[in-house]
Amino acid sequence: MIHQYKNNGYNIVLDVYSGSVHVVDDLCYDVIEILNGQNEKHTKKTLCEPEAFHILEEKLGDTYKKEELKEALADVQALTETGQLFTEDMFENMIEVVKERKTVVKALCLHIAHDCNLACRYCFAEEGEYHGRRALMSYEVGKKALDFLIANSGNRHNLEVDFFGGEPLMNWQTVKDLVAYGREQEKIHDKHFRFTVTTNGVLLNDEIQEFVNQEMDNVVLSLDGRKEVNDRMRPFRNGKGSYDLIVPKFQKLADSRNQEKYYVRGTFTRENLDFAEDILHFADLGFKQMSIEPVVGDESDPYAIREEDLPAIMGEYVRLAKIMIERKKAGKGFNFFHFMIDLNGGPCVAKRLSGCGSGTEYLAVTPWGDLYPCHQFVGQEEFLMGNVDEGITKPEIADDFRSCNVYSKEKCRDCFAKFYCSGGCMANSYNFHGTIHNTYDIGCEMQRKRVECAIMIKAALAEG
Amino acid sequence: MKHVKTLNTQTLNNTVKKSGCGECQTSCQSACKTSCTVGNQTCEQKK
Repeated sequence: MIHQYKNNGYNIVLDVYSGSVHVVDDLCYDVIEILNGQNEKHTKKTLCEPEAFHILEEKLGDTYKKEELKEALADVQALTETGQLFTEDMFENMIEVVKERKTVVKALCLHIAHDCNLACRYCFAEEGEYHGRRALMSYEVGKKALDFLIANSGNRHNLEVDFFGGEPLMNWQTVKDLVAYGREQEKIHDKHFRFTVTTNGVLLNDEIQEFVNQEMDNVVLSLDGRKEVNDRMRPFRNGKGSYDLIVPKFQKLADSRNQEKYYVRGTFTRENLDFAEDILHFADLGFKQMSIEPVVGDESDPYAIREEDLPAIMGEYVRLAKIMIERKKAGKGFNFFHFMIDLNGGPCVAKRLSGCGSGTEYLAVTPWGDLYPCHQFVGQEEFLMGNVDEGITKPEIADDFRSCNVYSKEKCRDCFAKFYCSGGCMANSYNFHGTIHNTYDIGCEMQRKRVECAIMIKAALAEG
Repeated sequence: MKHVKTLNTQTLNNTVKKSGCGECQTSCQSACKTSCTVGNQTCEQKK
């Protein structure tokens, strides 16, 4: 499968099954397009047959000279011979192995507080309550969760625990106690905990900052960007905006971590489709690591992303990509999570085939110890999988999640981006289609554009 | 090659052999929490 596109003046050809990315001139771009139209399953042999050159002469003879077409065809043949173009799908056969593999639990999202000191309008957790009641996780429940993780992690050395909410700083002592417990247990069991925390920053202070810097591998700092954008969606319960209180704390924390191992993470809605301005605002505030996500909401929500918003969103991603290239070249670069792509050291095929891991490798734990496939399913009783006392009591839910992959979804099979998103978010699929075995189509459109932009940035920076 | 510049040296097929150790980060745990992005992650064995 070949995907080719033009972006910011670059002609890019992605050979999906090898992952090879080629930047080509107009001639070669047109030649590949014609050949791919002729036969999507071209091989070195079929490319050397007279029909291949004939169709190029027929379709492109008026635009390019015969010698040029021969040269470009030779390049295409060479790439095909070395497994970098027209590569056949060798991975579908691996999918049975991936589906049947014995998975272990390696990551937990601990809902340390189902309570929040903000009242964000778009909160999928309903201001921290998750279709339930306000609650804080006790130390005892948290301990059992860590014990469950260690006991179910097989040979995995690195274990991840995210302190999530609601707002986890509202139950800070328990976080500290659980980190201490984890550090003690990791020595006994030869494990390594990577702790992370996701916070709105309201309660952030020097003492917490010091602990976070000592113990947390990553910190996610929630902020939506420009003051007016942030304060419209992220007010306190009394309606007052949170920007002025939070931004200086986040700046201080990011600096204290040497601008590494954190993300300032925002949400954009249809009320700020010019969200590149919010990313640039983060950069202007001095942040170097950032992410901004499309809102997850019901279609009836006034701020929800609609299909008609897609052209504006696509344009905004391209605009952001161009500005990021300029800034990088000017020595003022920053990372945007969704434009980060590792073309050489990226994840292995098994990872790309197996999806996000929710329901199998990754579970969410509620304050009272219930287990769900991920934080987005918490409170939806049909997804209750067990609890920290009894472990997984409904393995059939894990089996269902394990069976979900890029080859089990028709829409993913034909998508060029399948090995970059790994099939997308199952919670989003469920929210829009009532099943995890589908895709959130608007999200897919945005994901494809982000992958295209990420690759284009690589092309631009490779030019020097 | 006169008409082509290839950006990567590795192909996906190269990763099959040492595939699936599972030590890498869980996909959505790191930053997004609302979508799934895998392609931007780094293999733990190559760190």
